[in-house]
Amino acid sequence: MTDDPLLSVRDLKTHFFTDAGVVQAVDGISFDVHEGEIVGLVGESGAGKSVASKSLLRLIHAPGEIVAGEIKYRDETIFAVEEGPDGEPVPREEMLSNEAVRRRIRGNEIAMIFQDPSESLNPVLTIGSQLKEFIELNTDYGGKAARERAIEMLHEVGIPDPADRYSDYPHQFSGGMRQRVLIAMALACEPNLIIADEPTTALDVTIEGQIIDLVKELQAEYGTSFLWVTHDMGVVAEICDRVNVMYLGQIVEHAEADDLFYETKHPYTEALLSSIPRPDQTTDSVEPIKGNVPSAVSPPSGCRFHTRCPDAREACVEVLPPIERFQGTNDPAVEQRASCLKHSDLGYWNSPPISNEARDASMAEEPQ
Amino acid sequence: MSVGEAQTTEQAGEVDPEEVEGEDLGWRYSLKKVKADTTARFGLYVIALMGALATFAWIDYYLFDYQIANSLWYHPARDPDEVNQLLPPVFDSEGTWAHPLGTDSRGRDVLVRIVYGSRISMTVGVVATAIGLVGGTVVGAVSGYYGGWVDDVLMRIVETIYSIPFLVLIIAFMAALGTRDVMFATIGVGIAIIPVFARLIRSRVLSVREEEYVEAARAAGLRDRKIIQRHIIPNSFAPVMVQATLQIGICILIVAGLSFLGYGAQPPTPDWGQMLSESRNYMIPNPWLSVWPGLAILFTVMGFNLLGDGLQDALDPRSR
Repeated sequence: MTDDPLLSVRDLKTHFFTDAGVVQAVDGISFDVHEGEIVGLVGESGAGKSVASKSLLRLIHAPGEIVAGEIKYRDETIFAVEEGPDGEPVPREEMLSNEAVRRRIRGNEIAMIFQDPSESLNPVLTIGSQLKEFIELNTDYGGKAARERAIEMLHEVGIPDPADRYSDYPHQFSGGMRQRVLIAMALACEPNLIIADEPTTALDVTIEGQIIDLVKELQAEYGTSFLWVTHDMGVVAEICDRVNVMYLGQIVEHAEADDLFYETKHPYTEALLSSIPRPDQTTDSVEPIKGNVPSAVSPPSGCRFHTRCPDAREACVEVLPPIERFQGTNDPAVEQRASCLKHSDLGYWNSPPISNEARDASMAEEPQ
Repeated sequence: MSVGEAQTTEQAGEVDPEEVEGEDLGWRYSLKKVKADTTARFGLYVIALMGALATFAWIDYYLFDYQIANSLWYHPARDPDEVNQLLPPVFDSEGTWAHPLGTDSRGRDVLVRIVYGSRISMTVGVVATAIGLVGGTVVGAVSGYYGGWVDDVLMRIVETIYSIPFLVLIIAFMAALGTRDVMFATIGVGIAIIPVFARLIRSRVLSVREEEYVEAARAAGLRDRKIIQRHIIPNSFAPVMVQATLQIGICILIVAGLSFLGYGAQPPTPDWGQMLSESRNYMIPNPWLSVWPGLAILFTVMGFNLLGDGLQDALDPRSR
């Protein structure tokens, strides 16, 4: 993939200024989404995935604020802030205004699908009128044409009798059907990128499968790019081309989907993978990640994962691991990146292991 | 799995008795529930009766200049010699069927004046509440949706208005305008009750604006005005509707109080509050004179309250 990315994010930082301190929800992440690609963004609850995805459309409200970084969509600069001469953040000239982001980007260029389909539709309006509203806003269709377009989209996402169901209310739809409607809403405006924020988390597994198949089909048909935010490694394997793994506001590993599973470079990704329940294993062999996600107000020094990492050594506490680049194994064109001292020459191998919950647990398991 | 297969599986799960019942939503459904509730139905009938009387009085007032009232009931102006002042009601030994509720100090029929008084009271209650409802909804929705300094400024203004006693505020308002007209009293009451609605709707908007469908609308690029109109207000409105029916009764009381104090409806326009005010001078010869307008106010306010309670139950989604 040598062409310019559709969306490029550099050093994005979104902080929440609360009474308890500054929550560094997203702390310097960078990634690209190319045309026609499905890119995953995975991590535990609290890793900052949702905040990151909302930041892309500048949908962050007080006390939250995007404090630094650059978000570029094609030629448009959605966000760009640089440090001014006096240390204050200064927005760059070409950055779009709030009004321009609303008019030019939201909906018609980048659409969003939210987590909970039962909450994402207005209960007092019919499905049709909501769909029509989005279409009228973001495309050239108006009036009757918008209505026809809405019905066509409902048909496209597999809603039976779309013309009849057009005037039904959200509560008359099942969860899976509602998610289909939301996908129709996102697609109807013909965006180039859809941000899907855990779109299948609230659904049961069979419906989840259907929705994923639907997305794959539609993606092939429309060529829309996706940023797929999830905590489910199974979904990642199923759907994503490339994956970014997030931990405590930072991206710790980036790889082609197969490489992530078979050539795992970061201990956190390994821990995530071994915490998936699998039908061919008993629940005893599922290993949850030990400990809790530390507070993002005062994240751990050095490598942020060192408090829970089974491989943590003293160097990890002190040294911030740089991003190491590897050639992809499965697809050499896709670079694999990981931020772990294991892969750097910064004294990891010479320093003694440190004790933490994860390490103690793995020591206890070893045969005596 | 293809899209077609997905349809059939989903369709099978679609027929659900609860969902079929849910089809009957909205106002027609709420009205049905109100009718099923005996006390709420009573309230509805009282209001319907008062509304009918008020409509009749309006028609007579505007189109016929009280011709109907004068021809149906005895009026002292037609025959000054036969004025029966301060007649007791019909069940008293001195009462007559000509004046079932008696007459006042000028010999006017009390029943007719009660009927015609409904015109002012009902109109004032509904119009003042409408002003408060519209003003309060706009202020509360904007305040709750934007938050921050907008919220601070609007809410401080609203609280300032709220902290001044109703009557003092309205009388000051009318004194400033140099008027005692009932229309301005109505506007004054409307402004005075804006805080009630503003605070109520703001509290709902604060929770509704966090809903995912509002975020979704924002992500789709809707402008704020549209989001407030189509997504925020309709979802915050149920408690406001209930408050409005209760508020109509309260407004009638406030305006009756204003008329009692001499602000509001001016004689000879019949108004319940002003009738009460006049009657206090004749408590000894005819105590019934103050009972009738009091009862009229009582019934109307009670009617609105009963309907409000019933509406509260009918609009509560958990009771569906």
